[in-house]
Amino acid sequence: MIYPVLKKSIPPLLVFFFVIGIHYSITYGFLEPTRRFLLPPPHSIIYEGFFVPKHREEILRGLFLTTKVSFIGLSIAFVLGFSVALLMSQAKWIERSLYPWAVFTQTVPILALVPIIGFWFGFDILARIIVVVIISIFPIIINTQTGLNGASKNLHDLLTLHKASRWTRATKLMIPYALPQVFTGLRTSAGLAIIGSIVGDFFFGRGSPGLGMLLKVYSSRLRTEELLSATFMACLLGITVFWFFSYLGKKLVGHWSEAWSS
Amino acid sequence: MADKLITFDNVSKNFGAIKALENVNISVDTGEFLALVGPSGCGKSTILRIASGLDEISSGTLKTRTSKIGYVFQDSTLMPWRTVRKNIEFLAELEKIDKQIIKNKTNDIIELVGLQDFTEHYPIALSGGMKMRASLARSLVLEPELFLFDEPFGALDLITRGKLNVDLMQLYNSKKFTSLFVTHSVEEALFLSSRVLVFSGRPGKIVGEFTVPFKYPRASEIRYSSEFAELSGKVGRVLEKFS
Repeated sequence: MIYPVLKKSIPPLLVFFFVIGIHYSITYGFLEPTRRFLLPPPHSIIYEGFFVPKHREEILRGLFLTTKVSFIGLSIAFVLGFSVALLMSQAKWIERSLYPWAVFTQTVPILALVPIIGFWFGFDILARIIVVVIISIFPIIINTQTGLNGASKNLHDLLTLHKASRWTRATKLMIPYALPQVFTGLRTSAGLAIIGSIVGDFFFGRGSPGLGMLLKVYSSRLRTEELLSATFMACLLGITVFWFFSYLGKKLVGHWSEAWSS
Repeated sequence: MADKLITFDNVSKNFGAIKALENVNISVDTGEFLALVGPSGCGKSTILRIASGLDEISSGTLKTRTSKIGYVFQDSTLMPWRTVRKNIEFLAELEKIDKQIIKNKTNDIIELVGLQDFTEHYPIALSGGMKMRASLARSLVLEPELFLFDEPFGALDLITRGKLNVDLMQLYNSKKFTSLFVTHSVEEALFLSSRVLVFSGRPGKIVGEFTVPFKYPRASEIRYSSEFAELSGKVGRVLEKFS
């Protein structure tokens, strides 16, 4: 019974040990002792980051704040992005009017906007949430829109034949049809939301310290161990969120959607 | 004077500068099974779209005596998020028919098309043939008076196609819905229909009309008779000449 599980987990484990091995060999093989602060060995990163109570608390608080900002921002981006996509699917002129703005959120160099967002909304949680919304809304809009427009002409004709109202068409055809792609968008956006909240943090440099601000502080103090621990936490958060939305998608539409089955 | 369910009188249809149909005259008797064969792009499907009201005509007149129309497309157009049963109930649901009535009818129809063992399956788990059965069933629930078939079996393999032809034949026998059946396959047209209209390439015009003499109910065996082969040859020749 245990054998298949073992067989499945051996390759990733091997890769993991290989990477750790390279890490150690760089620290002890290539770096002179005085320069080892550039890449401290894994065990001291783990020790400094997670076993020194002060650092651990700092990092966990940062993680919590980053998670909170990302989550709130992503929820807003989802509601807003979904609504915009739904609106765009209802008439060509709405699509033409809103689409450029959607593209704008994708192409605007967010770093250029950060100072102005700071001026307008202060340097605390609100400003960070706004950065998250801007950075994560595009994949939700574009994926939802593609999904909403994806139902075949024949299916639409079928509804036309039976005199379906605009509401019926949206709720019984277009929205369910779009769901697999909505989840694809959400999964992409979730990762971006975390990046957004860290970037916002990093550049606002004030207000409550999330992971981004910790990264800044640690790097200015050359605290490589804590810096790498915090980075590791950020990655872990990203992976968890990606995994969560993959799971959610599979759970909710995997039984009928080819894209989400398997 | 036979009872005409739908009549095309000198109907033409243009899409911009493209002439899709030119002076088409068709009248379909109630209970008749009429097949339309012709090359791709000759406007056969347009005739169905016009008959159903999805497309307007450019000139001529169209008389329809029923609004109870079933439309079956080449793809099954099932909704992947609905189970087979839910898919079959869908159109009836749109028509806001009483839930209990829908349920009873759906049960009967599911039995009729032989999908009893698949009612809770999602379309992703069905074969092409079963999807088409479900698609047919969905329309049958509404008991249409006029059935429009747009190459419904065109995407299936020959064996499945042959089977579904036989099944449709049996359905037609028991329900006697009026049918307009578009297909590329002469054999399919002859086996199912009582009359075949042959269309030319664009602009679509009627270039041949054949009455199919075989009595209903037809056994699948007739497809292998020499009479069938002879008629099939005749239709095929006209089709080849004008495509």
